[in-house]
Amino acid sequence: MGNTSSMLTQYDIEEVQEHCNHVFSQQEIVSLYHRFCQLDRNSSGFISGDEFLSVPEFAVNPLSQRLLRMLDGLNFKEFVAFLSAFSPRTSLQHKIEFIFKVYDFDSNGKVTFDDILNVLRDLTGSFMSEQQRQKVLARVLEEAGYTKDSSLVLSDFMKILGNSDLKMEVEVPID
Amino acid sequence: MAGLGSSISETDLDRPSIEEYLAAESIRESSKKLLLRDLLDISPTLKEAAGAIVDDSFTRCFKSNPPEPWNWNIYLFPLWCLGVVIRYGILFPVRVTTLAAGWIVFFAAFFPVHFLLRGHNKWRRKIERKLVEMMCSVFVASWTGVIKYHGPRPSIRPQQVFVANHTSMIDFIILEQMTAFAVIMQKHPGWVGFIQKTILESVGCIWFNRTESKDREIVSRKLREHTQGADNNPLLIFPEGTCVNNHYTVMFKKGAFELGCAVCPVAIKYNRIFVDAFWNSKKQSFTTHLGQLMTSWAVVCDVWYLEPQYIRPGETPIEFAERVRDMISVRAGLKKVPWDGYLKYFRPSPKLIERKYELCQPLQFLVKYKQN
Repeated sequence: MGNTSSMLTQYDIEEVQEHCNHVFSQQEIVSLYHRFCQLDRNSSGFISGDEFLSVPEFAVNPLSQRLLRMLDGLNFKEFVAFLSAFSPRTSLQHKIEFIFKVYDFDSNGKVTFDDILNVLRDLTGSFMSEQQRQKVLARVLEEAGYTKDSSLVLSDFMKILGNSDLKMEVEVPID
Repeated sequence: MAGLGSSISETDLDRPSIEEYLAAESIRESSKKLLLRDLLDISPTLKEAAGAIVDDSFTRCFKSNPPEPWNWNIYLFPLWCLGVVIRYGILFPVRVTTLAAGWIVFFAAFFPVHFLLRGHNKWRRKIERKLVEMMCSVFVASWTGVIKYHGPRPSIRPQQVFVANHTSMIDFIILEQMTAFAVIMQKHPGWVGFIQKTILESVGCIWFNRTESKDREIVSRKLREHTQGADNNPLLIFPEGTCVNNHYTVMFKKGAFELGCAVCPVAIKYNRIFVDAFWNSKKQSFTTHLGQLMTSWAVVCDVWYLEPQYIRPGETPIEFAERVRDMISVRAGLKKVPWDGYLKYFRPSPKLIERKYELCQPLQFLVKYKQN
């Protein structure tokens, strides 16, 4: 599946499907491939940050910079694996794992007070002051049984978000 | 699919503002406490981002769908080959010759008139206008344009502007064939720029440059001056600001709608069966685009001149622009999209991004929590 051809073989599709644990149908993968080629304007085999930002709906999203870091340099197979967290067929665990990765900026498996604060800052911008954010976060953490110095690992996230209703699904349009 | 980006007016009407939340002390509704899980749950925002990655309404506006190949079997393929031979071997040379002949006649008549009749401006302008109209007809003939005009022909009156949806620069040629419009255009390089400078001056043209930030005020002023001149050709404006693929319309810029004069909408719809007239300026030069048109069978389109509109009392220019866009979209069968065409060239402004914070659910929740 080179970056030169814009045709997917059956073998390529199956490989991609395998890689994303079969959460996307073959038709959806073909659709995603067309979308990938559409976004990858210079046909380099991956979508650059700039190419992602040319989608205004993505550029105005508060978490776009964080996601760009995760999307940087992904080839098509990895791109589909990234999006697999948003398929209706994915497990709740996979979705929580994705959210954990968004928080865990330095990918060390631990989410600290500062990590959460950073995401909060991305989401709230100038609408809350830094003190307000820290106050709210500290209070909420305490009430949940953690402290300012705790670092949360994936299993903590699973416990916290485990029985909530995570609506994180995206429909892949089939041309 | 995750929701489309909201336009600015939509956010004003639908969502209460942050200030309301922060100010009101009496918000004690179901004193739902903010739990850690609500704070950590960023799924709505992530969902929107993923939705934008998978499909977004803005990119769809500029997608040129290649026609389905129909020449795939044993008897259709030779037919298609014959078609190619006719198109490239017979039609194309004939068209190029016609166009060249047209240009020669045009220049032979235009330059003498332009210089010799210097003193008699009224006559000079009349003849130049007619010449430009003739040249546009030659252009249209060079792609075998089959154009159906509906509605009353534009009349030359002061205090009116014409607005149309934009698919390619040939929109201008098609409309100019019928009436000599003055036009407002982006400065182009190459031979197009040369034509802009010499010939289009005669019908009256206003230049703008997307890349210059102060440009908008200068252009506004020029527009106003033009519409007030009784002798000027009616002004044709493409308020989308960029070429769109003739299936969608992007938001209209309000410049044409705050001049205080009548706005006459014109809707243009191309028939894709013959050729896709969308000019994707990022993918092909205008010359290539013309070449593509000249090697197709025909350019078929419908032009509707719609009823002149006036701004209603209490209506803002933006609302007026949206109302006219609605008329044009309905008439030409186009879908409306809430994005600014200039996002093709520039990133969203910080102001637009700020607006998105207001809609952010965790933020609304957090602000509610502050009251508890």
